[in-house]
Amino acid sequence: MAFLVTSITVYIFYLLMTTSSGNLLLWSKEELIIGGVLAIVVGALTKNILVKKDLRMLSPRRIFLFLIYLIFVWFPALAVANIDVAYRVITGKINPGIVKIQPKLPNDLSLMILANSITLTPGTLSVEVDEKTNALYVHWINVDKAALKKMPRDPKYVCGKFPEWARRIAG
Amino acid sequence: MMWISVAIALVIFIIVALIRLIIGPTIPDRLVALDTINTIVIVIMIVLGAAFKEVLLIDVAIVYAVLSFITTLFIAKYIEKGNF
Amino acid sequence: MNIALYIFIGIGCLFNLIGVIGLHRFPDFYTRLHAATKCTTFGSIFLIIAVMIQSIAIWTTEGISSPESVLSIHSFIAMIALVLTNATGAHAIARAGHRSGVKPVRAVVDDIDGAKIND
Repeated sequence: MAFLVTSITVYIFYLLMTTSSGNLLLWSKEELIIGGVLAIVVGALTKNILVKKDLRMLSPRRIFLFLIYLIFVWFPALAVANIDVAYRVITGKINPGIVKIQPKLPNDLSLMILANSITLTPGTLSVEVDEKTNALYVHWINVDKAALKKMPRDPKYVCGKFPEWARRIAG
Repeated sequence: MMWISVAIALVIFIIVALIRLIIGPTIPDRLVALDTINTIVIVIMIVLGAAFKEVLLIDVAIVYAVLSFITTLFIAKYIEKGNF
Repeated sequence: MNIALYIFIGIGCLFNLIGVIGLHRFPDFYTRLHAATKCTTFGSIFLIIAVMIQSIAIWTTEGISSPESVLSIHSFIAMIALVLTNATGAHAIARAGHRSGVKPVRAVVDDIDGAKIND
């Protein structure tokens, strides 16, 4: 199964890269054959690296949620983050610090989604991860005093609703 | 013409980032500047591909993105440990 | 169509400029990484979308087998590669910088200092 998923993903990418090379639909016969052979070889070699027997991302509900998350949650947050950074570049007002948060995420994929989202969203940058307890250390450019009461800090102040979304997508 | 002027503006940004690459002061600072320069070079390739209607430049940009990522990872690993 | 193109190019160049200025304005390596990663990623997304808009405009008049369709699809793949590698690369640089002993300047709190990290 892992082999099949990897091969099909690789084949789709190959087909995207070689559109309009011939007149069999959009591709020429040679490209289709070579792409298939290469997809089988790559799938056999790397089947344990890409999916690792974890097929939960195949469900259409999770893919749909991921797209919703990208368009309606992640991209507006990225825009806000950029305006925030532009403001700080111009005025020079910073109040930085490194805080520890414990988002309580169950697996590696959701932690990856959260860490990459944190890096590209307002005022935060993931620095270090504790792989045993899934705790994240986040560099925060404008530390909120209200967040410093508890230890580990409340993720609500640092990254808003992102942990719930990561759990919903890959949890 | 429009795309060429965008590319020239981006080259000026690269020169500004290059100053940070030269003056440092620490090695991670230089790595940040290098990463910025890599990103802007990828965008320049795509913009020039649109200017000259040349798909090959965009293919090179994809490969450059992946290779520069691997370069960044290796330099980061080197800084972290002091050797490979 | 042309106005949308100019707006996208303007936003893209502006944020790339802010990211590069941020490299010089901020005092330490972590804050510089904020400016460099976020602003150049956002600006690059907008510039690549501008390229895609132009290609798709030509594509719709000339049919799917024109070179412009290839140009827009490949630009899209380049955009995905750029966003993924930028975020992950920033994480790698931050971690390497921290482990090589760079401390955040003017920090009000530093939980990582003296913490035990299992990896």
